[in-house]
Amino acid sequence: MGLDIGLDIAFWMLAVVGVAAALAVVTLRDVFRAALALILCFLTVAGIYITLSADFLAAVQVLVYVGAVSILIILGIMLTHEVQRGSLSNKLKIPAFIVSVLFLGAVGFAVLSSTWQVSTLAPTAPTTAALAGKFFGEGGFILSVEVAGVLLLAAILGAIVLVREK
Amino acid sequence: MSVGLEHYLILSGVLFAIGLYGALAKRNAIIILICIEIMLNAVNIAMVAFSRYITPVELTGQVFAVFIMVVAAAEAAVGLAIIIAIYRGRGTIDATEIDLMKW
Repeated sequence: MGLDIGLDIAFWMLAVVGVAAALAVVTLRDVFRAALALILCFLTVAGIYITLSADFLAAVQVLVYVGAVSILIILGIMLTHEVQRGSLSNKLKIPAFIVSVLFLGAVGFAVLSSTWQVSTLAPTAPTTAALAGKFFGEGGFILSVEVAGVLLLAAILGAIVLVREK
Repeated sequence: MSVGLEHYLILSGVLFAIGLYGALAKRNAIIILICIEIMLNAVNIAMVAFSRYITPVELTGQVFAVFIMVVAAAEAAVGLAIIIAIYRGRGTIDATEIDLMKW
């Protein structure tokens, strides 16, 4: 019971901080500060994974997003001189807001009006060995893993070709 | 009320809506890319929440989340490369001024 309350407190703290960080990303005028808020948002998502007992995914989230993607984005901000102009909005600010609120309303209605068949089984923990079995084991996702490798190779080559000096 | 599946799904929806607003309303192409990353993260939260509460021993949702991360990383690398190439050619990454393909 005490663990449950601890998980509840952790969820609410992470949720509030994560949503605040995401709001900061879209409202801050300074592009660089928006990128820093994005890193905070990624970190809270990693914490959310831990409250969902997805330990391997939390580690991957920190490595891939907090470590790699955010560095890539900060490098992109540094290499382009838009920092001085700030993060401006275009003419579609109000329609975009209306669309987002409508989307949120639709999702909230769908989630709250559905009856979910929540399982009472205890979740697998730790997940790393079980996930490895899913990826590489018999009847697993081995083809998808290999396709993902090819996709990453294609992305690396594409990025190099795109930014290469002529 | 104890935290359950609905809480995670609503959190995921809120993050996705924030990312959607940013992707539609911002002019800086890098901020648009950042907002797309937020949307992908929101989807991942929903995937892992379903995996945790509906099928706790199957882990299929977490497998999908890993593949989403792979595609998101590739998308970020290629997207930033495209943005830098555009910046080199046109001197701006303002999405309202990149209208070469606009009819």
